[in-house]
Amino acid sequence: MTRKQKRLSVIAGGLAFLGAATGLTFYALGQKASYFYMPADLTTASLQPGQRIRLGGLVEKGTIERGQGATVAFSVTDNQKQVKVTYTGILPDLFREEQGVITEGTFRPDGVFVADSVLAKHDENYMPKEVADGLKSKGVWQESKSD
Amino acid sequence: MVETGHFALVLAFALSLVQTLVPMFGAHMNNQKMMAVGGPVAVTGFTLTALSFAALAIAYATSDFSVANVWDNSHSLQPLIYKITGTWGNHEGSMLLWVLILTFFGALVAAFGRNLPAALRANVLAVQGAIGATFFLFILATSNPFARLNPAPIEGRDLNPILQDLGLAIHPPLLYLGYVGFSICFSFSVAALIEGRIDASWARWVRPWTLVAWMFLTGGIAMGSYWAYYELGWGGFWFWDPVENASFMPWLGGTALLHSAIVMEKRSALKIWTLLLAILTFSLSLLGTFLVRSGVLTSVHAFATDPTRGVFILCILTLFIGGSLALFALRASRLTAGGLFHPISREGALVLNNLFLTTATATVLIGTLYPLAVEAVSADKISVGAPFFNLTFGPLMVPLLVVVPFGPLLAWKRGDIFAVAQRLMAAFAAALLAVLVTALFIDGASVFAALGVGLAFWLICGALTDIAVKSGFGTVAPGVMLRRFAGLPRSVFGTALAHLGLGLTTLGIVGTLCFGTEKILSMHAGETVQLSGHMLRFEGLYPAQGPNYSEDRGRFALLGADGSTTAVITSAKRSYPVRQMTTTESGIKTIGFSQLYLSLGDEGTDGSVVVRLWWKPLVTLIWGGGLVMMAGAAMSLMDRRLRVGAPSRRRKSAGAVPSASLL
Repeated sequence: MTRKQKRLSVIAGGLAFLGAATGLTFYALGQKASYFYMPADLTTASLQPGQRIRLGGLVEKGTIERGQGATVAFSVTDNQKQVKVTYTGILPDLFREEQGVITEGTFRPDGVFVADSVLAKHDENYMPKEVADGLKSKGVWQESKSD
Repeated sequence: MVETGHFALVLAFALSLVQTLVPMFGAHMNNQKMMAVGGPVAVTGFTLTALSFAALAIAYATSDFSVANVWDNSHSLQPLIYKITGTWGNHEGSMLLWVLILTFFGALVAAFGRNLPAALRANVLAVQGAIGATFFLFILATSNPFARLNPAPIEGRDLNPILQDLGLAIHPPLLYLGYVGFSICFSFSVAALIEGRIDASWARWVRPWTLVAWMFLTGGIAMGSYWAYYELGWGGFWFWDPVENASFMPWLGGTALLHSAIVMEKRSALKIWTLLLAILTFSLSLLGTFLVRSGVLTSVHAFATDPTRGVFILCILTLFIGGSLALFALRASRLTAGGLFHPISREGALVLNNLFLTTATATVLIGTLYPLAVEAVSADKISVGAPFFNLTFGPLMVPLLVVVPFGPLLAWKRGDIFAVAQRLMAAFAAALLAVLVTALFIDGASVFAALGVGLAFWLICGALTDIAVKSGFGTVAPGVMLRRFAGLPRSVFGTALAHLGLGLTTLGIVGTLCFGTEKILSMHAGETVQLSGHMLRFEGLYPAQGPNYSEDRGRFALLGADGSTTAVITSAKRSYPVRQMTTTESGIKTIGFSQLYLSLGDEGTDGSVVVRLWWKPLVTLIWGGGLVMMAGAAMSLMDRRLRVGAPSRRRKSAGAVPSASLL
């Protein structure tokens, strides 16, 4: 190979590498990014069975039920619709009734959302941003909701 | 005192403008006197910033609640150490720490850069001053930490309980020393572009600064990871949280820069690329500052959200990234290209390293910014988490780790891959043995887990092989070998140590992810539970009182084979009344390199408590590896050729011999 050919092959190799990485990245974005919904959005959303989503809203008052062992069930609401959620594990320290929460997981065929992670706010004046924005757009946001 | 601090900050801002303009015009007009202004001004600016920072720290230490910032983030009952660390446990204070470290690095250049060419030194200080000026203005205009309250409240609102930890004393200063440290590399690059030339002293200078910044950033990230691990009670060491990515991207970029700077220094090749990497690395630091400080992301790190701050930092970001890249586009063609090399050579290996690292940085960047971009152009809100990064970052890292041991053994200019492979036979055999032992003797080991352990051993043994080969192990008499070992340049040990640390971290990650076990259950006092061969008995909950919190401590006894208690592990639910916040203190018992980790959940109505337990094999190696990498960087820094002014002739006789004569 001449020097020019050598250089070209190195450049071609580099480009092929970058192309493969780019392809992989966009494939992964399509497959692995999870969308955020609030309960009322779900009627219009077309979800594949088993698709991972994040479901956010407020923990509905009086719906927290502690079951066997570490399983907890509660309803997430946006004051329009409710979704029943079950979760096995330790709830975040700031998980409370009528507080913003984001759960991540998949829907069971019977319509119950099985969460494998639950996030609540970090401190007393912080509401998950997605939840706050969602509530605002639905017109049910109240300023200074903190207790 | 508080007003003095504020005044010092305003003066420091004014001086940073002087530091920007005077030396730069001096360099432009070749005026020695104007160029010489940079040094003393940089040192004075640092002194004033330090004074300002001290004023705020004193206000915190003495709980002066007439200062709004102190009132918002402190409480008179807090232990003194958390009062002091609270200084940077908030937006304003952490920005002050940011500029303090920025001016510190400027002062270091002024102090140690006396033998730099005058024009280069003047331009470097000017660029450093310009970065400082924008951030001083940002603090004074949008984030003044010295604003007073009248009347002064009696009591403060307490520091966020998650931050009331020793981690806050260590993690942010280390992290900032790292990511602001890259500003020096940036300033050197922009100065080189302004002058339109890069000479030998440029390369000799940039490498140690990169090493210093990289060393601290490694420590800062490792410390942050360990802090999140024990403080949040989730048992994870890395969450691919955008804020973590914000510090990880400069680390990846800095690692690439570290390696390309070697090529530039030794072979004066890859000049333009190294310069670009230096610009990009600090740009990623600035981007990180924007992501964390602007409030576009919600996380523990985003202390407060104020849209004007976000816009301001975005302007700074655009100015410096856009400006430096425009300058690069205009001037890069003036720089002369360096030496040629064969693809299979040390240079080639380092280019491959750069290709992988920059691509990996790009995937992390895309994963971090994509949700923000999607939200900006549509109503959809998406999140990109661990599954995305495992699919993109993972496949890019594994091949890089596989080729790491080859790099340091290849000769400069043209290497012999087969000879290197032969030298690595022992390391390969050790890795293969590790794979077989894992697959055959550890229950439930998957093929991936076994290969992962093999990869870690390949890295560790590869690093040891590097040292062994370069000291002539097996080819010369033991006495000669010892002499050669002692005579190896420190940077050879530095490389080996850093790669060894990488291997240890890999081993820790593989061990924890592939062999860790986890149980969640509800326990009554007196019940026992078994996890990976460890027997634990729940002794019950005991209330306790801290200085500014009350807690319920869950005591667990670790039982020996005969049923006797060998250790007590305590996990607690803490309640901080001022912020009405609860935190979980995890209970951790280190056994060898592994840890038993448990955290308390909610109390049930029947007196039971939800408990989550993890067995985390080799988990401490994740951070231990980081410490070893830091030691590697420190070792490299002690290399005599990096001591500026060391005669370069001696460098040749000491440094070039091992690699050249053996291959």
